[in-house]
Amino acid sequence: MNQTRLHAWHLAAGAKMATFAGFDMPISYPLGSVEEHLVTRRSVGLFDIDHMGQVEVTGPGADDFVSGLVSARVLDMKDGDARYSLLLNEEGTVIDDLFIYRIPGAWWIVVNASNKEEDLAWMAARARERKRDDVVIEDRSEETYMIAVQGPRAIELLDAASDSSISAYPRFSSGRARVLGAPCLVGRTGYTGEDGVELFFPAAEAERLWTGLLAEGGKRGIEAAAIGLAARDSLRFEAGMPLHGHELSQSISPLEAGFKWACDLEKEFVGKGAVEKLAAAGVSRKLVGLSVQGGVPREGFEVQDEAGRKVGAVVAGMFCPTAKLFAANAFVEPALAKSGTALKVVIRGKPAPAVVVKRPLYVPAYRR
Amino acid sequence: MSSIDKNARYRSSHEWVRKDGARIVAGISDHAQGALGDIVFVELPEVGKTLKQGEAFGVVESVKAASDVYMPMSGKVVAVNEALAGDPALVNKEPYAGGWFIAFEPTAPAEWEGLLTPEAYETEAGKE
Repeated sequence: MNQTRLHAWHLAAGAKMATFAGFDMPISYPLGSVEEHLVTRRSVGLFDIDHMGQVEVTGPGADDFVSGLVSARVLDMKDGDARYSLLLNEEGTVIDDLFIYRIPGAWWIVVNASNKEEDLAWMAARARERKRDDVVIEDRSEETYMIAVQGPRAIELLDAASDSSISAYPRFSSGRARVLGAPCLVGRTGYTGEDGVELFFPAAEAERLWTGLLAEGGKRGIEAAAIGLAARDSLRFEAGMPLHGHELSQSISPLEAGFKWACDLEKEFVGKGAVEKLAAAGVSRKLVGLSVQGGVPREGFEVQDEAGRKVGAVVAGMFCPTAKLFAANAFVEPALAKSGTALKVVIRGKPAPAVVVKRPLYVPAYRR
Repeated sequence: MSSIDKNARYRSSHEWVRKDGARIVAGISDHAQGALGDIVFVELPEVGKTLKQGEAFGVVESVKAASDVYMPMSGKVVAVNEALAGDPALVNKEPYAGGWFIAFEPTAPAEWEGLLTPEAYETEAGKE
């Protein structure tokens, strides 16, 4: 099993560990995942996300190649821009979801840990098939460390810890800065719904930067805590962000999951034909949020209409600490997808009352 | 290190029981709540229900999983902790006090003697 360079730190901090995408990762710390979630919403959370993969695409043909590979429009991106995209197969379903950074001379693509090998193989196969010997695809995950610093006071903390003004970066942009002396690619991006950054830097700096940022928070009176993967999941869930393998997968179309906005139908890309075909035919199911009473609606639980007919299944569900709800994401027939529709989620054999609610369940202060 | 209530008896499935007059109060141990992590939902039986020793009487849901909770002794449920509906984290904060689950009238009081003493439970839980 893989370990990140902060593995010993997590153990010493008393973290509960579990395997995620082949890595032994912290699920929660003694603070508890509910409180970790709330700390991130009110101040700053630090996330060891070194399991995430980074792929760099360079070469004279890189722009054209990346544009044809991913669903989002990318050719209008300027150095420093960052954008969400999907990687689709020919059937128009989702191999992975990506964050793409346009950096000088390269495309820097952040991929999910569990999909990295498949993504790399897919990209290499598309390059071969198109005889793109003018494109270089490299896995940068080993030498690159990745941590996220998220929360309403994250930028204040980063400004204090770095040699340039991170607060001057617009959302979804990136730049180079020294953070506590370490050379970083700083993206004003994240996966919590909060403002904040994701830092990419040489792996050897991992522990120094991690402990240094926590110490800097202490010194400046900015509450900052290490956050495990359980709270990372509830934060992203509440903010309406997808987790591949749940709201997105190779059996889900972006149209069903509400990601038409991430597909630029004015350009060519792998899977476009299938997306257009489905758009014309209409989807047979849609992703909805459900507020549920009577327990935690978990993945795989059946969704029923009021008459008790099966109409879908939960793909992710949990207690949402900020929204203070038990909520689920589920795919249901389009006729039942309207906000306010009464449904049921079968929890341990008992149909529990559920109602379709608007996603996301949480909108941070800076976006209201 | 998890704490233990010296006045309680235990089962290896991590429930505790304590005598409260003629009634028995039950909950889950500090060791159990620590292993489960943040508790977000507790399902309790209806008052009046009669259950046998070892039968599931409720469910405790943590952030990541749902676990059954078993009757440490046979009995008839006479009260459930309503406060857990609004604040299930009481089980994390005070597993032996405010985080109690149910009170029951024992129908086989002799079962008490077969339960684990605090010392025996501590040894058993310590092995996990």
